[in-house]
Amino acid sequence: MPKDHGIGASSKRREDVRFLTGRGRYTDDINLHGQAYAWFVRSPVAHGRLNKVETEAAAGMPGVLRVFTGADFEGVGGLPCGWQVTDRFGEVMQEPGHPVLAQGKVRHVGDPIAVVVAETEAQARDAAEAVVFDIEELEPVLDMKAALESAAPKVHDDLESNLCYDWGFVEENREAVNAAFDKAAHVTTLELVNQRLVPNAMEPRVAVGDYNTGTDDSTLYTTSQNPHVIRLLMGAFVLGIPEHKLRVVAPDVGGGFGSKIFHYAEEAFCTFAAKQLRRPVKWTCQRSESFITDAHGRDHVTKIELALDAEGHFQAIRTETYANMGAYLSTFAPSVPTWLHGTLMAGNYTTPLIYVNVKAVFTNTVPVDAYRGAGRPEATFQLERVIDKAAREMGIDPVEIRRKNFVTEFPYATPVAVEYDTGDYHATLDKLLEIADVAGFEARLAESKARGKLRGLGLNCYIEACGIAPSHLVGQLGARAGLYESATVRVNATGGLVVMTGSHSHGQGHETTFAQVVADMIGLDENMVEIVHGDTANTPMGMGTYGSRSLAVGGSAMVRATEKIIAKAKKIAAHLMEASPEDIELKDGAFTVAGTDKSVAWGDVTLAAYVPHNYPLEEIEPGLEETAFYDPNNFTFPAGAYACEVELDPDTGKVTILSFAAADDFGNIVNPMVVDGQVHGGLAQGIGQALLEGATYDEYGQLLSGSYMDYAMPRADDVPFYTVDHSCQTPCTHNPLGVKGCGEAGAIGSPPAVVNAVVDALQRAGHSDITHIDMPLTPSRVWAAMQG
Amino acid sequence: MYAFEFDRPATLDEAIALMSEEEAQALGGGQTLIPTLKQRLAAPARLVSLTAIPELAGVCVADDGALCVGATTTHAAIAQEAAAHYPALAALAGNIGDPAVRNRGTIGGSVANNDPSACYPAAVLASGATIKTANREIAADDFFEGMFATALEEGEIVTEIRFPVPEKAAYMKFEQPASRFALVGVFVAKFAGGVRVAVTGASEEGVFRWTEAEEALSANFSPDAISGLSLAADNMIGDLHGTPEYRAHLAKVMTGRAVAAAG
Repeated sequence: MPKDHGIGASSKRREDVRFLTGRGRYTDDINLHGQAYAWFVRSPVAHGRLNKVETEAAAGMPGVLRVFTGADFEGVGGLPCGWQVTDRFGEVMQEPGHPVLAQGKVRHVGDPIAVVVAETEAQARDAAEAVVFDIEELEPVLDMKAALESAAPKVHDDLESNLCYDWGFVEENREAVNAAFDKAAHVTTLELVNQRLVPNAMEPRVAVGDYNTGTDDSTLYTTSQNPHVIRLLMGAFVLGIPEHKLRVVAPDVGGGFGSKIFHYAEEAFCTFAAKQLRRPVKWTCQRSESFITDAHGRDHVTKIELALDAEGHFQAIRTETYANMGAYLSTFAPSVPTWLHGTLMAGNYTTPLIYVNVKAVFTNTVPVDAYRGAGRPEATFQLERVIDKAAREMGIDPVEIRRKNFVTEFPYATPVAVEYDTGDYHATLDKLLEIADVAGFEARLAESKARGKLRGLGLNCYIEACGIAPSHLVGQLGARAGLYESATVRVNATGGLVVMTGSHSHGQGHETTFAQVVADMIGLDENMVEIVHGDTANTPMGMGTYGSRSLAVGGSAMVRATEKIIAKAKKIAAHLMEASPEDIELKDGAFTVAGTDKSVAWGDVTLAAYVPHNYPLEEIEPGLEETAFYDPNNFTFPAGAYACEVELDPDTGKVTILSFAAADDFGNIVNPMVVDGQVHGGLAQGIGQALLEGATYDEYGQLLSGSYMDYAMPRADDVPFYTVDHSCQTPCTHNPLGVKGCGEAGAIGSPPAVVNAVVDALQRAGHSDITHIDMPLTPSRVWAAMQG
Repeated sequence: MYAFEFDRPATLDEAIALMSEEEAQALGGGQTLIPTLKQRLAAPARLVSLTAIPELAGVCVADDGALCVGATTTHAAIAQEAAAHYPALAALAGNIGDPAVRNRGTIGGSVANNDPSACYPAAVLASGATIKTANREIAADDFFEGMFATALEEGEIVTEIRFPVPEKAAYMKFEQPASRFALVGVFVAKFAGGVRVAVTGASEEGVFRWTEAEEALSANFSPDAISGLSLAADNMIGDLHGTPEYRAHLAKVMTGRAVAAAG
């Protein structure tokens, strides 16, 4: 029987009532007394010397309070990067400055040049058109390989080259990997592009800066996945405001997908300008502006080689990737193609030798950073594509070649520095074959054929490292932050609980699922637990939400804090019942003394804590509030197997996804419905990448796919009804809930399944020369491939 | 959006008078013009809305059997009201954009704008329709003059499109994945006197008639009739969504499918 409450129940998402009835309170809904509006003047060219910015005419326009330029930010810090990668040769990466407003040069279309602040947004926009700037255009740096040639123009004049770093992993294995390739029975090589994506959260970014002249406190309201991180980065590195004088609030946030992790110039600007002008300053991103300012995702060009023995056992993997950083280093950009990518190259398999080389390159494009999956989709895509290609070349069934190489004993230490704690890859693959009805494929193939259509089946496995991350480990890897999480559980006198978590919810459903966990631990109705997040003033320290970490790390902190609450409450109950704390049991919200009929209710204990008339004051303090920090001692490793069935119209090249099945192992599940939703959303994003989405620049560095007229987001009729299953559960061994995280799996695991399916359809139709097509598999690209 | 004067006249005469003023711009359903204004890509001094003029809206059948569609009739209204007399046109209208676009956008606005990827120009041209303005009638063959260019004079207002109703017709649209405008759309219309084929979305010159296909289909109205034909890729649009060769190929595929659908 499915549970109807607590852990394991599909409780309805309580936050959806306000979201679906238009009563959410987003950053753009916040309007402060005396608020002024900012409008950014942005570079229309990709690369140029910014010789002059004239603001006088704009400053004289109606309603204008002040026009800011890069000169106003001299002496103010630049936007910091939170991760330092060390290269193959032991040198730290090249790290350019990132001014809040352009100084001396513009480096991508959209780079901010000036900001007009006026009484109304319309006045600010009008005046922005009167800002005159003189840009001496320079040749843009766009192609990553060309960018590394010695004659290439430099994005940053003060750096040696456009190379951010040349990373080797594991560098010590390089020669052994090469030797394994030399003696391999078979080598499969695949060159591919993991294309650049635009995140496109439904809610565009917004920032409202406020300054209290009486207290000298600054407040920033912003669309962020991690307000505490913004407080630290902006306060310490940009504006020099100590954390106790700076509050950052991220209220309801309409989707992030990674793009709202990072600290952006507009946040720093609004906070800075509010203090300068002694007025609240608000900026709301236009949709077309978000295309050229939100950090983009992916953008890797990769060559992967797989060495196999004659039976199809993987002997070694060697990869060379060019990773686009864009014009500046966004907050966590350097970590994505390295530690979030190289460490996943073992996949679900026992490949003993792996060498990953990544060259991160600066170009005159929008900065690239983490986007749902971040590095792991890139790893999974190349690995699962090359395995499919190898299986075909060697005449081995794609299921069998995977089974032959599965990791089956845990814990398993990969040759790429991570240790899988638990998993059962045969079980998820078995489940997949069942729910996808792989056995019935031939009959469906014949049916498509009869209608003149090509049909294909693609499947793949995936693994991801989530629950980011052990601080001691990421510190060694170059992180400039810890990646623990914290929670405070406050029990009120009347028994209700407020849980303040450092995890941020922007679509994930924490307000429901976190309440389920705490209510379950105590045995209370979920409605007695309120989840509070997103405000540095009322939550403890938080590292935020990304990397499928909220439940595994934030939830674990919450469990630890709740355990402390229960321990203290038992002492109070023991006192009230004149028993020993060791004999107290807590069940269904009541405390009993083991072996007796003595009982006190939860509410009696909480009241006693705040009205301590009969209370062990000499032993414990009044009140019932506890805080815990949780730093995981390993990543979690969700894994699974996905299958996609497509039909292809040979006359037009159009691909239709007929079915998609996902068998995931997320460990223990708190809310199956919410997990289904997370997987559905991830699959839609992965299918979007596979078939539709792609950011394309022209030779001048102009973004051709700069609006929804040319950037194709997946719509309801682009995706099928999904078959998802998460009944295979190997609980995580090292966090108290046994959970692994589910937010990114769909986006990580689905692109290779789609491409494998399309290649399968074409191969079955006799196109034996087509072994790969780069994403997105638009009708035009598929048709062109079919023309040879 | 920049500031502009706004008028919503109740008669055609008033509209004509207002349109003669400096930098006046006619406004139909605004599905192209309003987004353009919002992006500050156009700055008319005066917008003259035509949607309050009763005689410009609605669908009727003329004595000669032609379908008369008022210029401010919305796509949604055409999808419904033309269904009985000209089902291929109604189906085309019912598949433009999304419900919000169909309930605001007008046929007159679309035809006057002549977006190279719009659907209506294919129907107008393939039907051999007549575009009526306040003071003249223009044959479809003379009306479309290339991307966003028409035979309309400055300030001239489209009042009605008059469609001869073919014996058989169908429109096949292959959607551009992002905008869902026609990457290529083909309207095939079979009249007693012959077949007309109009292709939208494909050409740098805007909507055009594929005369070789017309001749072949006039002799034999079946998809096989065009199997030996091909369109040259010269002058076809090449962009993110398709090469000129792909568009030329799609035009043939969609023509065949339209013939099959028309029966």
